[in-house]
Amino acid sequence: VTVHGTIQNFSMEILMPNQTAGQLGSKVTDGTLLEIYRRTMVISLTDVRMRAMLMAGEIKLGYYNVRGQEVLAAAAMTALREDDYLVTTYRGMHDELAKGTPLKGLWSEYLGRLAGTCKGKGGPMHITDTEHGVMVTTGIVGSGLPVATGLALASQLRGEDRVTVTCFGDGASNIGAFHEALNLASIWTLPVVFLCQNNRWGEHTKYSESTSATNIIDRASSYNMRGVQVDGNDGEAMFVAMSEAVAHARAGHGPTLLEAMTYRMLGHTLGSPSNYMSKEYKEEAKAADPLPRLRAALFARGVSEAQLASIDAAVQAELDEAVEFALASPFADPHEVYLDVLAGEVSA
Amino acid sequence: MSEVAQITFAEALNLGLDEAMAADPTVILLGEDIAEGQGGGVFKVTKGLSEKYGVSRVRSTPIAEQAFMGAAVGAAVAGFRPVAEIMFMNFMTVAMDQIVNHAAKLRFMSAGKTPVPLTIRTCCAPGLNFGGQHSDTLEAWFAHIPGMKVVMPSNHADAKALMRAAIEDDDPVLVMEHAALYATKGDLPASGHRVQIGKASISRSGSDVTLVSYGKSVLDCLQVADELAAEGISVEVIDLRTIAPWDEETVLNSVARTNRAVIVHQAVKAFGAGAEISSRIHEELFGQLKAPVGRVAAKHSIAPFAAPLMAEYLYTGEDIKSAIRRTMS
Repeated sequence: VTVHGTIQNFSMEILMPNQTAGQLGSKVTDGTLLEIYRRTMVISLTDVRMRAMLMAGEIKLGYYNVRGQEVLAAAAMTALREDDYLVTTYRGMHDELAKGTPLKGLWSEYLGRLAGTCKGKGGPMHITDTEHGVMVTTGIVGSGLPVATGLALASQLRGEDRVTVTCFGDGASNIGAFHEALNLASIWTLPVVFLCQNNRWGEHTKYSESTSATNIIDRASSYNMRGVQVDGNDGEAMFVAMSEAVAHARAGHGPTLLEAMTYRMLGHTLGSPSNYMSKEYKEEAKAADPLPRLRAALFARGVSEAQLASIDAAVQAELDEAVEFALASPFADPHEVYLDVLAGEVSA
Repeated sequence: MSEVAQITFAEALNLGLDEAMAADPTVILLGEDIAEGQGGGVFKVTKGLSEKYGVSRVRSTPIAEQAFMGAAVGAAVAGFRPVAEIMFMNFMTVAMDQIVNHAAKLRFMSAGKTPVPLTIRTCCAPGLNFGGQHSDTLEAWFAHIPGMKVVMPSNHADAKALMRAAIEDDDPVLVMEHAALYATKGDLPASGHRVQIGKASISRSGSDVTLVSYGKSVLDCLQVADELAAEGISVEVIDLRTIAPWDEETVLNSVARTNRAVIVHQAVKAFGAGAEISSRIHEELFGQLKAPVGRVAAKHSIAPFAAPLMAEYLYTGEDIKSAIRRTMS
């Protein structure tokens, strides 16, 4: 861990990728890395299947590509407890699955079915799965951060050591809600991890054309907040950085702005053009692809191909069953339109 | 005969907050300057509460409505019953995303997993010469949002009771407080006086015409009713108390008897709450009406600063009388 700079009681750290094989790697057990791998495959195989079914016209929904951000989410969520809270965004499928949302519930919700996490009333952009701590998924850029401060405030008032994590993209750091929430979390020492998944794109606009700060964590210093940047495509480094941020919050020391560097490897939504991404960018992203890197890290620890293949097969079987289940699940009765608007029922 | 103690409208609201906080430790207050160290609220509605319940439950916030409204939504999702104070109703605009996209929708979008038992208190100050950005009455915006409830008390007893009802409600409730009422004196509400959200009250019975109103406008209607009684016109005044969901049954029953109705509010007329109420009366009682339903409201302009301009912008008692007479001619 390199301390990049220290100003009063805030510190900014950049975790260098080349350190993972050494000191960072030793903080991640083989068992943990295998769990990160399993969660990565849950995300990855879901992503591959979702795109294939969409491209084949078998299902219809707006899909916000997560390709490239799988390991980041798997490692970050593995550093959490099941009862920790998560607030994420419309590009949140990887976060939700990694946090523990079951495949059947997620797939059914994506397809709008009764068996979905929200009976098809929320849809892909609004997954809520309180049993696994997925409290809010918002479709409004940046608005999850203030909500996360409230969830964290509730834990603080109750004297619980529960931590709230809120995921957002680099683009969200330009909206007012980001700044208001960081300020509030800092002055109230709230147990929040602000996890910025810096995938270098705000929809179709690249980072340098929309964001004045060189790094998102540069903004942490304005709020007297711990800021840490990590290679989010490095599972071990990501897990360590997240664990430290979570431990910091759990111990009552307050929030961290954790910037996980990654690449969005596909367009904003599936099917939308990606010609605004340069050839060089696409090559750079491909070279940094977290999936082969994670496998390589596991092989370096002596994990065998066969071990990973058996994890792949188990996840694939679970996925196949979930997709079949979702497709067979009925839609909710149209009467559901009148339920949950308010407590009880509203009249037409 | 024993004298009933007199309290201000602000103190009545304070009593509602106090009782709710005493009854339920999950009730917390958030807003600008609401704790004692910052003065107990600019209108003193939260006076003394931080001393009684501590600054962790009565939290003064930065001037950052998005942040603290979002924090209130998040705390509500986590099982608290937060009361967020928006100092003036115009500042609701700054927090609209959290209110409209989150507070109002999270219960539905999660199929009931994350209800938002949030209370939002705000102050409406038309006629107090604060100018265009501190004087709006925007109840129609929120009444238009499924998932929101909106109440506006006209008297001290209801101020306390509606505050408690709002906090105990399992859905987001907006409590609109009229600034001109804060300092007015009234009877200390009887302990145990409760009001159900969605229930109107008939403030004055009459047989010739029904006035439908809420908030301070109810007082204007009552005064007009008194004056017209001398002319032999019998005016019924309904205090809606709740704007969303409003008490259609009480209003329709009344208009079915009087066959005439006028709606009075301080918000501008076009697309206001009066338009919806008028439309429902026409839909249900078209054949029984002796005249089209009248509406008395602010002019289609910006709340001005200068007093003579404000007098033109707002309605007067004469405007209400004229509207009533039009239904009787």
